[in-house]
Amino acid sequence: MNPETIATQTETSLQSILHVEGLCKTFKLSRKQQKIEQTQQSHKKAVDNLSFDAFRGEIFGLLGPNGAGKTTTLRMLATLIKPDQGDAIVDGASIVSQPDQVRGKIGFLTSELKLEDFFTPNYLYDFFSQLHGVNPVEAATRKQVLFDRFGISQFAEVKVSNLSTGMKQKASLVISLVHNPEIIIFDEPTNGLDVITARTVTDFLQELRDQGKTIILSTHIFSLVERLCDRVGIIIDGRLTHCDTLQNICQGLSLEDRFFNIYKEIKENENEILQKGGQQ
Amino acid sequence: MKQYKNNTLTIIGKECKRFFSDRSLVFTSIIMPGLLIYLIYTLMGDAMNKKMQADPNDVTVMQIENMPASIYPSIQELPLMIKEGTFDHDATINQIADKENNLIYVVFPPAFDSLIATYNVASGLPAPNVRIYYNSACTEAEATYTALCAALDAFESSKVNIFDINAQQDPNNPEIFNQITEEDFLGDLFSGIIPMLILMLLFSGCMAIAPTSIAGEKERGTIATLLVTPLKRYELALGKIIALSCFALLSGISSFVGIMLSLPKMIPTDELNLNANLYTTSDYLCLLFAILSTTLVLVSLIAIISAYAKDVKNAGTMVTPLMLVIMIIGLTPMFGDGAPTQLAYYLIPVYNSIQYMASVFNHVNMINAMIVTVASNVVYTILGVVLLSKMFDNEKVMFRN
Repeated sequence: MNPETIATQTETSLQSILHVEGLCKTFKLSRKQQKIEQTQQSHKKAVDNLSFDAFRGEIFGLLGPNGAGKTTTLRMLATLIKPDQGDAIVDGASIVSQPDQVRGKIGFLTSELKLEDFFTPNYLYDFFSQLHGVNPVEAATRKQVLFDRFGISQFAEVKVSNLSTGMKQKASLVISLVHNPEIIIFDEPTNGLDVITARTVTDFLQELRDQGKTIILSTHIFSLVERLCDRVGIIIDGRLTHCDTLQNICQGLSLEDRFFNIYKEIKENENEILQKGGQQ
Repeated sequence: MKQYKNNTLTIIGKECKRFFSDRSLVFTSIIMPGLLIYLIYTLMGDAMNKKMQADPNDVTVMQIENMPASIYPSIQELPLMIKEGTFDHDATINQIADKENNLIYVVFPPAFDSLIATYNVASGLPAPNVRIYYNSACTEAEATYTALCAALDAFESSKVNIFDINAQQDPNNPEIFNQITEEDFLGDLFSGIIPMLILMLLFSGCMAIAPTSIAGEKERGTIATLLVTPLKRYELALGKIIALSCFALLSGISSFVGIMLSLPKMIPTDELNLNANLYTTSDYLCLLFAILSTTLVLVSLIAIISAYAKDVKNAGTMVTPLMLVIMIIGLTPMFGDGAPTQLAYYLIPVYNSIQYMASVFNHVNMINAMIVTVASNVVYTILGVVLLSKMFDNEKVMFRN
């Protein structure tokens, strides 16, 4: 981390821009899903009483195995789905009672959000700028900067369907930032990208952090977390088991080793509880 | 600086760009329906006319055995070549099997006229029969057969009836007077068919576009990209419904033009005396309002179903029962005794539009019914927009697997 970043972080480290309090989300399982998950239960608790804070000018990583509840948490923060319990305050707006305001404050990028194949990045940028109510002059200036930064300019008038996967991902990233949001939520931002494109994206995330933006990202790639994140929340089975700086969580071990120790501890505890329950 | 404004126009603009820039979509939903209807109806009309009308250059030969004097005058009037005599039965039948020979073979019983004269109906014995051989694959022979049967029927009637009231009328001094005006005749004809046609064309126009725009966006994952912006759900719903209604109207107009252009091919122009002055300007205006409001209702219904569907294919399946209901409602003007006069009927969605359109075509333009129809359709559309907005805001509907 460069000295400027450390200085920015020190100044803003106490300013919580995202406060998550007791988020819960349960999904009803279809028979097909019950078969896949090999369970008799009709409901699955995807997120269980999740609470954490994210501060201005930091990259906060949500780390967990597949199906741990990372994506569900991010979708709740992006107001795509509603929590059953709890709330999150995003830059002063509640995801439960003020979702429209929240949507104006965040940039959300996930592989499930697609751009319409038929349009060009140029048109889509202008369209989403209008939806976000960005002044056209500002939008044009920002578009030029972002398109140049990601090498989209020469493909600006090419239909999305004709772009490469990497270029599509870069176009999606740029379009999710048309309104220059203070909080950026990325779900697996480098999934499916080649190493060069992935590097462009991660470098850009660091730049955004240096500009004082808050980035929440979910991933299961340890190296990405180690390289990017200032603080980490570990989610296992929908519960936030640890939330601290990378240094405090790792306790001298590599993140991967530490994560497996935590995971093993949790599973052993669960087995013990199950065995005691069985004996009683 | 952010300026929050109503984004309905932005959505309409995006839908229009999506629609009009996609040549294949424009072709399949606007140009193709009209073109296909025109081509199919024209070909059908040509084929039917060819089938129905015998070629005047092809003369049918009628070989008759034991020709009775009583029948001869009526057969003589038919456009054919008559050969009387005794023929080789098997050879003639073989000749008839070849349709190119235009041959019909008629065998009367010997002394047919005396048999008829002495025949007693009360005896219970079968009446003298005439044996006819022809090939129905030959259009000219088929036409001659029909004419021959008519001549035999006329002969039979003349023998059975003691007298016919008004059987023979002097064309210059008729006894029967049908007072129907051309206006009423065409009104009756149009009110039964055209409202149903308009409804079905509008419905197929909506079907071609709405599922792609709504269920298609769900399927492609692009709707979620819209839902994470500050765009209000009602702006999205309203923008989509207005834009889709315009496209559906264009599609309906294309089909209508196709029908109008091919109509003279289906029905020969001398039989169809169409006159644009049959209806007044206010009739056309009222129809326009009714059609516009009906389109809004149909688009709302299909949009709601499409929003619930998982993908475009699923939307198509789910809309089919609605299409059947719409078709049945479309048939209602053909039955019953004209459009209802109680205004309450004009509150029933779709039924109101079809009955009102039928009443206009029947020259019974009830302004009150028009107001109730259009107003209730607008209310149903608003309810549709509200419901669609709720559906866009419902994660179980938008993201169900």
